[in-house]
This record gives sequence, C-alpha cells and structure tokens, in this order.
Amino acid sequence: MAIGYYPGCALRGSSNDYEQSVRVCLKALGAELKELDDWICCGATAAHSLNEKLSVALPARNLAIAERDGFDELFAPCPMCSMELMKAAKEIAADSRLREEMAGIVELPVTGRTKILNLIQLLERFDLKPSKPLDGIIAACYYGCLLTRPASIVGFDDPEAPSSMETILAKLGAKTVNWNFRTECCGAGKTMCDEETVLDLAHKILSDAQRSGANCLVVACPMCHVNLDMKQAAAGKRFGVDHNLPVYYLSDLVGMALGFSPAELGVDRHFVVRLAHG
Amino acid sequence: MDIAPNQVIRLVQNGQKDRALRSAAIWKCLSCFTCSSRCPQNVDCAGVLDALRRTAAAEGMHAETETRTLIFNTAFLHNIRRHGRLNEIELIGLFKTRAMLADPDLSFLFKDASLAPALRQKRKLHLAPDGVRDRDVVRRIFARCGA
Amino acid sequence: MARIGVFVCWCGENIARTVDVAQVAEEAANIPGVRCSVHYKYMCSDPGQAMVREKIEGERLDGVVVASCSPHMHLKTFRRAAAAAGLNPYLVEMANIREHCSWVHHDREAATAKALDIIRMTVEKCKYDRALEPIRVPVTRRAMVIGGGVAGIQAALDIADAGYEVVLVEKEPSIGGKMAGLSETFPTLDCSQCILTPRMVEAGQHPRIKLHTYSEVESVDGFVGNFTVAVRKKARYVDIDKCTGCGECWNVCPWKKIPSEFDYGMGFRRAIYIPFPQAVPARPVIDKNSCAKLLKGGCGICAKKCPRDAIRFDDTDQIVEERVGAIVAATGYSLYSIGNDQPDPKYQGYGEYGYGVYKDVIDGLQFERLVSASGPTGGELKRPSDGKTPKSVVFVSCVGSRDNAKGISYCSKICCMYVAKHAMLYRHKVHDGEAHVFYMDIRAGGKGYDEFVRRAIEQDGARYHRGRVSRIYEEDGKLIVRGADTLSGTPVTVAADMVVLATAIRPAPGIESLAQKLNIGYDEHGFLLESHPKLRPVETNTAGVFICGAAHGPKDIPESVAQASAAASKVAVLFANQELSREPEIARINEQTCAACYACYRACPYHAIEQVQLKNKRAARVNPGLCMGCGTCVAICPSKSADIEGFTEQQIYSMVEALA
Repeated sequence: MAIGYYPGCALRGSSNDYEQSVRVCLKALGAELKELDDWICCGATAAHSLNEKLSVALPARNLAIAERDGFDELFAPCPMCSMELMKAAKEIAADSRLREEMAGIVELPVTGRTKILNLIQLLERFDLKPSKPLDGIIAACYYGCLLTRPASIVGFDDPEAPSSMETILAKLGAKTVNWNFRTECCGAGKTMCDEETVLDLAHKILSDAQRSGANCLVVACPMCHVNLDMKQAAAGKRFGVDHNLPVYYLSDLVGMALGFSPAELGVDRHFVVRLAHG
Repeated sequence: MDIAPNQVIRLVQNGQKDRALRSAAIWKCLSCFTCSSRCPQNVDCAGVLDALRRTAAAEGMHAETETRTLIFNTAFLHNIRRHGRLNEIELIGLFKTRAMLADPDLSFLFKDASLAPALRQKRKLHLAPDGVRDRDVVRRIFARCGA
Repeated sequence: MARIGVFVCWCGENIARTVDVAQVAEEAANIPGVRCSVHYKYMCSDPGQAMVREKIEGERLDGVVVASCSPHMHLKTFRRAAAAAGLNPYLVEMANIREHCSWVHHDREAATAKALDIIRMTVEKCKYDRALEPIRVPVTRRAMVIGGGVAGIQAALDIADAGYEVVLVEKEPSIGGKMAGLSETFPTLDCSQCILTPRMVEAGQHPRIKLHTYSEVESVDGFVGNFTVAVRKKARYVDIDKCTGCGECWNVCPWKKIPSEFDYGMGFRRAIYIPFPQAVPARPVIDKNSCAKLLKGGCGICAKKCPRDAIRFDDTDQIVEERVGAIVAATGYSLYSIGNDQPDPKYQGYGEYGYGVYKDVIDGLQFERLVSASGPTGGELKRPSDGKTPKSVVFVSCVGSRDNAKGISYCSKICCMYVAKHAMLYRHKVHDGEAHVFYMDIRAGGKGYDEFVRRAIEQDGARYHRGRVSRIYEEDGKLIVRGADTLSGTPVTVAADMVVLATAIRPAPGIESLAQKLNIGYDEHGFLLESHPKLRPVETNTAGVFICGAAHGPKDIPESVAQASAAASKVAVLFANQELSREPEIARINEQTCAACYACYRACPYHAIEQVQLKNKRAARVNPGLCMGCGTCVAICPSKSADIEGFTEQQIYSMVEALA
C-alpha cells in the first residue's frame, strides 16, 4: 500500500534514527512511503505560542500540497506534526471563511479533508506476524502528550488509560507493564530552553517505569525520545541515579520482531545502546 | 510556575490581565494539554495560556526569568522563515547567541556542547540538511501572517 | 329562533376607556337571535351576576354571551350563575373584549367596532352550543407505589393509614432501598437500619399494603382513577408462603463467592441468598445466573435441606394484573458508575482516578458498607485490597457532578454532607487516621447541616482542601493523590491508603422506560419531571401519576420523606370522592361517518382514542377520561368525523362567516 508521508523536521534532524527505523520497518510490512513534495515545518510549539495565524498556515500549506498531489491520507510519525496537521485540517474544514483565508495565504486551495495518521494507527493496519517474537522485552509504553491529547482533535485511544501500543506489542510477543506515567509530559520542546524541567520530568518517568518492572521504554515521538534517551544521562546525573534504561521507538520493536538487527534500525545510534533483551 | 494555571485564568476573569501576562507560569507551560483535557467546564486552559503568550510576546511583557523560552521560540520561527524546515545547528547557534546577549552565562553557552561529538559520531548532526525548494513561498506565508 | 342574552361589561375603566360600551350594547341588540342586550360596570360582581340570573329567568334565555374579560378569569363564575338560574352552564360563552380589544388598542372608534364584531362572532358560536354534562369518571380507590425505598415506604404507609389499599412494587428481593445499606445518617448519625427497619416491618405487615418484591412494572394501561398495571413477579425459586426464613438453605449453598449487590461488591453472598438479615420479606431468592442447579442441573442441596420443602426450581415469572386509581413513582437513585462502561459515551471518563484499576479506590456506597456494623467487615474499617486498616483516607467530592464536560451539569446535593459524615465516621473508628477531603464548594443547606460539616473539621480533625484531584496512582503500596488547595494556591499531594469518590447521583437504571410506560416526562438526565418546579413538585402532567424522592432529583432522606407524604396526600385528595369530574369540552367522533383509518389514533398525544368494533364496521372512539380536547384528531381526520364539543367546526365556520 502507498501512503503520503510527512517526516517533519525532527526526523530529518537529530532524530533521523527514528526515520531510519520507520522506513525499514514499514518497507518490510509492504508500505510505500511517498514523501510529501517540498513539505515545510508544521510550526511546532513556536508557531502556536507566538502567532495564531501562522500556526494554522504552516500546516495548511502541507495539507494543501497533499490535496493537490492526491493524498487522501498522510502519515506523520511525529505526534507534534500529526496533532498540528489534524488541528488545522479540522478548523479549515469547519470554517469556510478560514478556508478562503488560508488558500490566499498558502497560495493553494485547501479543504482540510486529508486524514492524518500517527505511527500506531498506521501499524494497526498491518497483520503483524513476528518472525522473532520479542521474548525478554518487558516494555513500559510511553504515550506522552500529543498522541492522545487534545482528545477533541486527535480522537485517538483513551487519553487517561491508552492501550494501543500495548496491543501491538502483545502481538509481537513482548510483555508490557502497568505503570503510572504513561501520559505525563516529558518536557516536550523545552529541552534547550528549560532543561531543568525536562530532566526532572524525565527522571520521574524513567524511575516509575523501572519501578514497575520494565526493562525498556517504548515511545512513538521524537521529542520524547530525545528527552528520555539523549538526556537520560544528564537526568540521572542530576539525581544521582544511573537509569541505563533503553528507550525504543515503537518501529524499532516492530522491526526487531520482523527479524531486523538493531543496527539496521538505527538503534545503535541511540544514546542508551544496551539491549533490553537477547 | 509562580502562579497556577487556574490562577492565571482567574486573573484574566477578574480583569487583572496584566499580572497574568507578566507571569512566568505562561512560559513554564509545556503545552501538554492535560488541563484542557480534564477541565469539567470545558475551558481550554492551554488555549488561553497560548493566547496570553502571544500577547505577552507581542507587547514585550514577558516575565524576565523566562526570557530564554521566548528567545528560543522566536529563533525557531526565524529559522523556519529562512529555511522552510528546521536547521538545527543554525537554530542552536542563534538561540545561544541571543540568550547570551540577554543574559551572559558561559556555562549555559557551553552546556550542550558536550553532546556535539556524540551527535556527530551517531550521524545525527547535519551541517547542511536537505532543504525546501520554494523558500520564497515560506517567506510570503510568514509575511501574510504578520510574523 | 335563538333567545340569547348579551351582557356587556365596563370593567370599570378597563374596557370603557377604549370601547363605547353603551353603544356596543345598543347595537348588539340588533344581532339576529339576541333577545336582550344590557351593560353594567362590573358584570362579575354580585349585582352583575344577579342581572344575568334575572334575565335568564325573565327572558327565558337559551344562551348567554358575556362580553368582558378573558374566560380564564370568569367563565366559571358566569357558568355557575347560569346554572343557578336553571340554564345549562355550557350554553354560556364569553366574548373577550378586554385582553383581545380594549387592552391592545387605542383608537376608540376602531376598538368599539371590533368589540361589536367579537360579540357578533360569539353570538353565532353560542347559537350552536349544546347543553353538556360534566364527565364523571369512576375512581378505583386503590394506589400503586413503584419503588420500596424510604420514599416509597413512606408514601405507602401514609396512603394505607388513610384507609386505602396500596400495592407496593419493588424490584429488589427486599424493600429498604439505598437507605437500608447506609451505616449512619446525617446530621444525627442515627443508625440507618435502626430507624428504617421499623418502617419496613410496618409496611410488610400493614393489612392494607400488598407487597410485590422482586417485581417490576411490565405495562400500564388506562387513565386517572382507572389504571390497569401488569406487574412481573420475577421467579424467586422459593415459595415465600411456605418459607420461614430459617436460613438452612443459604448456609449450605456451596457457591459462596458471588459479589453481593447489597454490599456493592465489598462482600460476598451465596447463589441462594437473603440480601441482608433485616430484609422484608425475610425470604431468600435464588440468583439464576449463579445457581448450579438452574444453570446445569447439578447441586440442589438447598432443596434437600429445606425443612419446609419451599424451594421451587421450576418457578417461573408471573404476571399479575393490578387495578389502581393512582400511581406513585418512587424509584430512587443509583450512583454514577465512572469509567468507560456507560449508557452514553459522553459520560465516559475519570480514568485518571483509577476506579476499577486500584481496589482501594471506592465510591460512597461501598464505603458505607465498609463502616456499617452489619457490613461485610463487621463495621471494622478494612480496605478491600489487603484488609489492612487504612491510616490515611482521601475523600474526593464532585466526581461527575457539576461536570459540564460530561453533561452532568447538576449538583448532587447530598455528597458534601455524606463526605463530612464519612470523614467523621472514619476518624471515630481510626483515632490515629488522617482524613483528607478535596472539595470545590460546601453545600450544607439543611437544619444543622453547616454545623455538622464544621464539626467534622473542628472536632473530628478532618483536613479540608479546596481544590480538585487531578490524578490518583499507585506507588510503593500507597495511592498517591495529586490535588490542589486553591485557597493557599499550592498543590497538595497525599499518600493515601484508601480513596473514596463522591460520585454523582443518577436516576435508577431503566427510569426512561418506566416513565414512558407511565406516560410521564423526564429531563435530559433521566430525572422524572414535575408539573411545576415551584408549586407542584410531586405531581406530573399525567393525571393520577405522582412522583417523590430521588427519582425526581438528588435529595436527602428528610426531603424524600416529605415528598413521599406530599404525594400520598395528593392521592388522598384524588380518592376523596367516589368519582372524578372532568370538563365535557372534549372530542367526539361520529362513528357512522368514521372510516376507521385511525389517523387520529396514531396522532393523539394522550392515547385517548380507542379502536372499537361496531356491529357492521370498525370505528374510532374517544375515551372521555383521557381526552384533553387538544383538537389534533379534528385536524387530522380526513372524513371530518372528529369534532370538539363546544368548539365544533360548524361553530368556528359560523364565527368566521359572521365577520364577513
């Protein structure tokens, strides 16, 4: 199956290990990712914090390109991108004046009819048959904020007790744990400008996951991965703890269950490279 | 947070908008949307704080302790306007420079430098990331939004 | 030739200021069919009425038109005056030349002409009036009370003590309702069962109360004074006349670990069980979903042990027909169930509190059973997960209530009081325990109520935090409760051993279907609708059906009892006469011209049309007890067979023609 693909800035930047993992795993499943032509940044936190119109226009430009090029659906592996795209699509679809205004700003007609999928939703479409079941993986699934919130925009899973990742991992033969901070924020885009907050939150999340008996964390968001993996050492140092907890992308585990090596999936490029299993 | 989100809302309701606009709280906010998600009155608290951020930034009323956050977001948008997509190295450079100008602090300047070799070794540092072909349209979009 | 009398009123200056009353009276005398036409300053006064009576007798009038105010004001007055003079009251019409004329116009000439037109029209109408008699509806002076909680019991006792027979229908195996499961009641801290069980026994033994327990209303037919209610008596599998309640059966039943409904899952019962020792009737019932004999044909030990041979495995549901004249709905409440299993997806939520995930997060009724002396832990407070005594308990108010995001916009009224009560009871039992209450507001409006809450804080040491709880999770065997205290502007985190959620009061499940059977209204939350929120709180818009207690809206025990007695008094008023009298201006159907298309039957909002079989054809017939004279059938009938007495089509057309 072919699907429109919106990587977003993080996957082309320091989270290119996520893109590597996504591409390898989806190719093996038979999905052809058709990258959106000349896509631009979705605006992330900066746009909605500083300029409301821009926060709709930047995603709108991408939606317009998708419509122009005939994509009914767009896969966005980063939940910040997927949420902003969905938000803009929803607002544009509901307001004809906004539609007109946006068409003028982004220089292309746009209706907001494109359906946006996150990584979990895309993976749910496949019949996952693991050739190497993930014995030994005891995962704490971490959803963060934007996969399930705001519920009125993303309408995905249960915002207080999500289970979509656990369902996928169960199919791959992995065990998952019940733990407390599945949807607590990791600090999002504050990594650079408010590192202390990020380290505090990361430490709490990593500690609770470990306390619950997990031997790894699983995420589906590049910002979460940065805060929990790249910053894990700093978080541990701040509290005098060595977490040493591997943080996998969901696509990493799918890929490994399908038989790929960690290196093929870019797992060797994580900061915590210890393998949780086997 | 110097004041709690519900207090920010209360100040706005009471006509004490200025105190809300000058608070550090609105910049400490992570935009995690838990507040809006739980509110029994369907108040979009996250949306209100967003609106306050935009006004505080536009009016130059932001809390001094949170200058770095504003500088970061501004630098981010500047970067997107130029390139269409994020150029991380340029962003970090611009951010650190502007932050230093606002509040000199050498430890801050070099704080993340220790990660640079590791990032390079892991092929996560891109000196010239793939770019957008039509950058002019991006500039026009920004201009039309008054950004 | 008609002999109609026209009586034009000045109404002081109200009419005369704008309408030339004398001129109108003079000109009205010229209308064909008018025998006499007079005017007077205040027609409704004694002399005015005397004038009407004199003219009726003197001029041998066969119709009266009083041109004055709205019939809402004095139609009854003039009808009584006419009846006193020997004229059928339904031959009296009123021409409204005040609200419809003098009060809405300024131009004297035009208003005077209009007043004459109105009178002319009304005279034409009056010519076609028929002498009618009020409709007499017989009343079966027997009542049904649906719901055997404290409200139902009170209503039944009051009606029975007034001398009428009452059928009390209760869907659980025993009467008593929620109150039977409470530990102590605010503000007196009376033992709930101690004050309720005497009433329960009285209701069970009252010579005029017939008890149908483990029963539900299946269907309701008829109308005020004449209801026929089919009651489904669910199979108990126990003959309650033979059974003595000795308990041999439930003592030997091997299925011991069935979660008890009466204990809200905090304790267990057997497959054959009595819900609680003081049950009325004190007879067991077999749960057909847990009994091995009923499911698979095994076991049967209870029947072998029973010294009276009272077990009946071949029992079936029975339908019993009861004829009653009045019905009181007192079906009580249930608690909001939290979580994702809801009748409507909009109620889903509060996953952040962990109810159903953590065993020690419970609701208010579950806590009542844990502190109740007759409860599953014998009144010792032991938490559900491990039976340990909790040293720190958090009570959370407003879970579901006042939550517009869920559509439960209302306040559940009783929770602030029972939360204070719970905190007090906990502190009385665990002297070194910490009680924390998270609240938004304190609603304590009854007698001694605010003092009660202050007592919980000042004497019993309950810690009150003004703020909501955002999350509850488990860490190192403790329940971490994250909340806020907005009065000090700080977050408050409590590591608790147990959490009690004060969940919203909702009406009992199945209320909508019962309301539809009774033909009464209910609001968007399911609570039964009263006739008027201020002045008629226990009546409904359906004559003969009354409501009381929590089925009408969240309320505490004193209010439920007061409403129950109020409903009973309304029933007594209804039963005070052997017959009910209804106005005869209702629909009638010409059965000869009726084509039996039954469009009227389908359209009638009061279900007042019956389908009848005549000798040679079928037809529609109006039930005079139910018809409200709305006229929908008249409008819809394609053969013009339906008409309204006193407002016939002929009358309406003649009024229109009189204007032309």
